[in-house]
Amino acid sequence: MSLLEINNLNISYKTRKETIVASSNVNFTLERGEILGIVGESGSGKSTIANAIINLIDPPGKITGGTIKIDNSELQNNEEIIQQIRGKKIGFVFQDPQTSLNPLFKIKDQLIETIQTHLNLSHDEALKKSITLLEEVGIENATKRIEDYPHQFSGGMRQRVVIALAISCEPDLIIADEPTTALDVSIQYQILELLKELTKKRNLGVIIITHDMGVIAETTNKVIVMRHGLIVEQGKTKDLLTNPKSSEARSLVISVPPTNKKIKRFKIISPDGLEITSSSANLTKNIIKTWGVRKNTNQKLLELKNITKIFDDQSISYRKKIDENTVKAVNNVSFKLFEGETLGLVGESGSGKSTIAKIITGLVRPSFGELEYNGLSLYNFRRKYQIEKIRGQIQMIFQDPYSSLNPRFKVRDIIAEPIKFFQKSITRKNLEQNVNDLIDIVGMTRKSLDRYPHEFSGGQRQRISIARALATRPRLLICDEPTSALDVSIQAQILNLLKDIQDELHLTMLFISHDLPVIRQMCDRTTVLKNGMVCETNDTEKIFINPEHSYTKELLKLMPKIESII
Amino acid sequence: MFQRTFNKIYDTDIGYSFFNSKIAIISSTIFFIIFLCSFFAGIVAPYNPFDPASVSLMDAFTPPIWSDGGSSNFFLGTDQQGRDMFSTMIYGSRISLIVGFASIFFAMILGVFLGVTAGYIGGRYEIIVMRITDIQLTIPTILMALLVDGIARAIISRSMHDEMAIYVLIFAIGISEWPQFARVTRASTLVEKNKEYVSASRIIGLSNIIIMFKHILPNILRPILVIATIGLALAIITESTLSFLGVGVPPTTPSLGTLIRFGNNFLFSGEWWITFFPAIFLVVLALSINLLGDWMRDALNPKLKKR
Repeated sequence: MSLLEINNLNISYKTRKETIVASSNVNFTLERGEILGIVGESGSGKSTIANAIINLIDPPGKITGGTIKIDNSELQNNEEIIQQIRGKKIGFVFQDPQTSLNPLFKIKDQLIETIQTHLNLSHDEALKKSITLLEEVGIENATKRIEDYPHQFSGGMRQRVVIALAISCEPDLIIADEPTTALDVSIQYQILELLKELTKKRNLGVIIITHDMGVIAETTNKVIVMRHGLIVEQGKTKDLLTNPKSSEARSLVISVPPTNKKIKRFKIISPDGLEITSSSANLTKNIIKTWGVRKNTNQKLLELKNITKIFDDQSISYRKKIDENTVKAVNNVSFKLFEGETLGLVGESGSGKSTIAKIITGLVRPSFGELEYNGLSLYNFRRKYQIEKIRGQIQMIFQDPYSSLNPRFKVRDIIAEPIKFFQKSITRKNLEQNVNDLIDIVGMTRKSLDRYPHEFSGGQRQRISIARALATRPRLLICDEPTSALDVSIQAQILNLLKDIQDELHLTMLFISHDLPVIRQMCDRTTVLKNGMVCETNDTEKIFINPEHSYTKELLKLMPKIESII
Repeated sequence: MFQRTFNKIYDTDIGYSFFNSKIAIISSTIFFIIFLCSFFAGIVAPYNPFDPASVSLMDAFTPPIWSDGGSSNFFLGTDQQGRDMFSTMIYGSRISLIVGFASIFFAMILGVFLGVTAGYIGGRYEIIVMRITDIQLTIPTILMALLVDGIARAIISRSMHDEMAIYVLIFAIGISEWPQFARVTRASTLVEKNKEYVSASRIIGLSNIIIMFKHILPNILRPILVIATIGLALAIITESTLSFLGVGVPPTTPSLGTLIRFGNNFLFSGEWWITFFPAIFLVVLALSINLLGDWMRDALNPKLKKR
């Protein structure tokens, strides 16, 4: 008898215009002591299945057929059993530890409430149990910390508390929906290790939903690949990753950036099994004509000298010394950027990566230090910003494709606006030509110019962002986590596009990411940041093969590797 | 052709929500009937109450058509000067709507401008603007309007006063309504300002004016529209209140409030219709606008959308 058995599960969402099938004919089983991974691109129905198991599908979604059995008892349409089972037999770990705990209650109260709802224990017993649970998930000094509120814990600690909550009623099944997506690499590692350990110790069944193939490779025994609500392939993790049979699974596996070697281009296989070999090489001719031929001079383009940023620095008077407790978002950062190269900035959240990008683009003023661009001092000890002089030469591509385009502008206007801003007297015909050239090189049709951003997917929006950034004829392109909101196969396409554009147009790039494999594929040199300080700067290959700084070594050790299983 | 346009509108979320809400359809129909009647008052109204030639004191105090002594010439009766009630009400609602729209428009321009700039620029400017808003909000609308009216009376000469009364009224109502707009606009601007498309515009080098009014403003129009609708009803009621108190529009061009005030004198002597019909008219007008605003608030708020 399996712990969880799902037979022919069908779920659909009925909307005004159409009925969306979120999952159709889904079959799988899960045994105790097993970790099952569910992967797929966004919208493939991964989370819907998890929600169906605990009967938390939001209307208008509905289970239209099939059975969900836990220990042979049927869950569907049986509100009473679901109430009993949910929380007691099934524990749920959500993606965002910031929002899955109630900020108004102490950890203690949240744990005790859950325990008392499902287990027949007195308050004292429940408290004792809560403390043991917190110790079990690795929270030090649990007797004291149980009195704290959620905001007093860090992100990783909070996710541990959520896991403690999930296992508090001794469930048989834990469902973790993207449990580590919001966390840094080192904390991700700890959380995954914890889940693995609990599975073994308590003989649980665990379902991990993720889009990260590295996580799948390192934790799961079995894996299910989904697309459009269908299971396209399932099997042992090792078999599936080394020898994927369906084209969907192959497309997922092949687009993952390898961690152990640098490849020239990502191979892209469309989910239909065809290899996509798009290249922008021929399309840039027109752009090069309007921009004028550029050459890589390999000269210094940008230099940061001892840049420091203290937020809320207006309150600091300059006579007063900054004491050591002042939080510095960026602390004494120096690096150089040479024309034509790609420099990677890598670090965990809070390491100051994005702040550096904002300082270079002039969105944020540094508190101290010097910034030099192409021999021109943009910001120096006289505290004068001269970024206006080089407007347009530095452009940026943002992380969130859903907020980086003005929803009220047509794509044509989004791209045309910067062109018109820099060439006030441009003729309508030339403008049209320029816009068309730009939309061509990012690989979109000209028809898309007359649509609004919300009609496009994340990857397409990121292409539009790139076209907008290129519209000012920049020399330096700053990419701030350009693919972290995208699916792997789309990520591969965007990264290929960025590489092509850089080669053809001789751009210099500053590539910011927390994703080490992506950095390895994209960057010539890499700077590792920690808490606003530079750990080391070196050639990317040297950093990956022979890291010098202890922090770099740790990061490399902890990053999930898809190769670990092959 | 018409069918296709209708289908297109019906297909949008807002159109669908509209055609599936009885309240929205009914209240907007009522509002548009009133709006069109007052706009084409010269055609719709059987008499022109402002034309002395058409008014005869002989017809004064004629009751509505269905009561004893009613005349078929005057459907809803006449007032103390012999003016047809139905016609005066339509002409009166015209004044009310003009004052309502104009004052809300004035309040909107002022409030949105201050709100967007305060939210976007921030710093000391924001603090000053928002404190002024707070102070303004502590003064009741009626008090503010009385104050403005008093000052206007002191400045403007007596002969000019009647002519200027309507502008004074628009200014008085507008000046007490703008803080609502300023607050909502500032809050929405603070949200939009941190979105990446604004950063992108700044990196391109666009000027603050263009970013504020070309990029941010179109994205925060929804809440402004809702406030404007609900504010319109409030402005019409405020206008009526002020006219009722005698500080609004002059008796020569009566608005709904002025009509209610006149009628009020005769309420206990039996001529109830002179005050009753304008009052009902005002309630229907204000209610239809308010219900429309209510529906709009729900329909434009994605969080409240019915599943």
